Amino acid sequence: MLELKNICAGYGKNQILADISLSFPKSKFICIIGPNGSGKSTLLKTAMGIIPILSGEIYIDSENVNSLSRRQLAERMAYLSQGKNVPDMTVGQLVMHGRFPHLSYPRRYSEKDKSIVSAALNELRISGLRDKPLFSLSGGMRQNAYIAMALAQDAEYILLDEPTSYLDISHQLELMKSMKRLTALGKGVVSVLHDLPLAFSFSDYIVVLNNGVVVAEGTPEELYNRPIIREVFGIELDYSAEEKSYRYKYIL
Amino acid sequence: MNSLLKSFLANNKRIKLLYCIGFLLLLGAAFAGICLGNTVISLSELISVFSKELSSSADGRIFLYVRLPRTVASLVCGAALAVSGTVIQSVLANRLASPSIIGVNSGAGLAVTLCTALGVYGGFRFSLFAFCGAFAAVMAVSLLARRIGASRGTLILLGIAVNSLLNAVSDTVVTFIPEVGVMSNDFKVGDFSAVTYSRLLPSAALIAVSLVLLFTLTNELDVLSLGEDSAKSLGMNTALVRTLFLMLAAVLAGCAVSLAGLLSFVGLIVPHAVRRLAGSKSSQLLPLSALFGASFVCLCDTAARTLFSPYEIPVGIIMAFLGAPFFVFILIKGKGGHTLA
Repeated sequence: MLELKNICAGYGKNQILADISLSFPKSKFICIIGPNGSGKSTLLKTAMGIIPILSGEIYIDSENVNSLSRRQLAERMAYLSQGKNVPDMTVGQLVMHGRFPHLSYPRRYSEKDKSIVSAALNELRISGLRDKPLFSLSGGMRQNAYIAMALAQDAEYILLDEPTSYLDISHQLELMKSMKRLTALGKGVVSVLHDLPLAFSFSDYIVVLNNGVVVAEGTPEELYNRPIIREVFGIELDYSAEEKSYRYKYIL
Repeated sequence: MNSLLKSFLANNKRIKLLYCIGFLLLLGAAFAGICLGNTVISLSELISVFSKELSSSADGRIFLYVRLPRTVASLVCGAALAVSGTVIQSVLANRLASPSIIGVNSGAGLAVTLCTALGVYGGFRFSLFAFCGAFAAVMAVSLLARRIGASRGTLILLGIAVNSLLNAVSDTVVTFIPEVGVMSNDFKVGDFSAVTYSRLLPSAALIAVSLVLLFTLTNELDVLSLGEDSAKSLGMNTALVRTLFLMLAAVLAGCAVSLAGLLSFVGLIVPHAVRRLAGSKSSQLLPLSALFGASFVCLCDTAARTLFSPYEIPVGIIMAFLGAPFFVFILIKGKGGHTLA
C-alpha cells in the first residue's frame, strides 16, 4: 500500500497541495482526475519524491519513504512524467535505462535485465522498434517507449502522468488494457488522466482533485451517482450498461 | 580487461570500425608527432635511439626532452578537451556548449594568470589552480542558468558573458602586471612549445584518472539526458551527479589549459563529429571522442611545427584552419538538424 498522509507540497513558497491523505493499494488501477492546475501532476511528483514535502508523510508498504534512498524508492516505484525529453538514443537503449535503479556500479546489464526489457517491449508491442532512434518516431510511439521504460523498472507501484497523451484511441485502449494486466500481476498503478470516459471505464478507483484538495474519491460507480463530476468539470457522463463503458453526455 | 573486450565485441560493425580507425589514427599521430619537426627522426633512427643510452645522441635527446613530452601533452590535452566538451554538452543538455564557449577554459586561464602573478609555480599547483578556475566558471554558468530557467540559447549567452568577464579580468591582471607572461598570444591561442615533464606529469595523471572515472559513469550520463524528472524517478541524485560530471569536466579542461593554454574548438567540434558518426550513446561517445580528440590535436600540433619550418605557429591557428571547414562539412553532410536542436 502506498499511503500519503496529510501531505502539503508545492514549488518553493507556492503551495499547491493541501492536506492530501490517500491510499493506493497494490493490484488496483487508480485514476486521478481534475481540471487543469488542480495539482494532479504535483501529487504524483510529490509521491515520487521529486518535489519536497512541506508537511505530512508518505509510506510505502508501511515504510516511511524518508528512510529509503532515492534508488531504493525507484526500485519500488516507477514514474512517468508528462513532459519528456527526446534524447538521441534508440528505443532499446531508453527502455534499458528502466533497469538503472537495479544496477550497481559499474552498471552492467545482466541476462535478467535484458529479459525484463524484452518483456516490457513486448507488452507495449514495440519490439520491432528496438533499434529505431526516438526522434524518428511519432509522439504516440515515443510515449509507448517511455511507458515500456517505466515497466522495465519492474516496480511494485507505477505512477503515470497523462500516459495517453499523443496516443490515438486504439493505442489508448491498448494502454488501458496493459494497465489492467499489470494490476492483475499485483502492481499498483496510479495514473493521471484527462479523459474521463477512459478513467471511469477502466479504473478500479478514482480520486478527484480540485484546487489542490481531494474533493471526492470512490469507485467509478459511486462517483457516477454523485453530482461531483458536473460540479468540478461542468459536464456529465453517461453509462452504457450494454457496453459497460462511460461516455461524455454532450449538450449541444 | 575481459569486460572491456566484451563491451567492444558487443558494438556494431560501424562502431568497431570507428574504434579501429581511431586507434590507427592515434598511433599515426603519435608517430608523426615524435618523428616530424625541424629535425626529422626516421623510423630506423627512432629504433636506434632505443638501442643505446637515450641522452647519448642528439636524436635521443630531441626524442626524450622535446618530442615525447610535447606529443604526449598534445594527445592528453586533445583527449581531455574533447571529453570535457562532450560531458559539458550532455550535462547542460546543450550541444553548443563547450569549454571554450561557456568560459571554462577562460576560468582556468584566469586562475593560471593569477597563479603566475602571485608567484606560485610548479606543475601540480598550476593544474590545481586551473581546475579551481574551470570548476568555478562552469558551476557559475550552470547555477545561473538553472536559477533563471535559461533556455538553450540563453545558456550560451550566459556562458559568453562569463567568458568575457573572465577574459577581461585576466587582461586587467596582465595590464597591471606585465611580467605575467602566461596571457601571451601563444597562451590565448594555445601552444605546446613550453611543455616540460614537470608540468606534463601532474596534469596527465589527473586527466588519466578523470577519463577512467568518466568512462565508468557513461550510463549516468545517458540517464541524465532523459531530463530532470525522469532521471530522478530512476533513482538518480541529479544535483550530485551533475556536479560530479561538471567537476570532472573542469579537471580535464583545467589541466589541458594549464599545459597548452586556451585551446578552443576541439571541445566543440570533436564531440559533434563523433556524434554524427557514432551516435549519442555515451559509452561509445566518450572513448571515441578521446581517441579522435587526441589524434586531432596531435596532428594539428605536428602541422604547426612542420608546415612553416623552421618557423612554428601556435597549434590553435592550425586547429581553426583544419577544424572549421571540417565542421562545416560535417554539418552540411548531416543537413544541420537534430544534434543542434
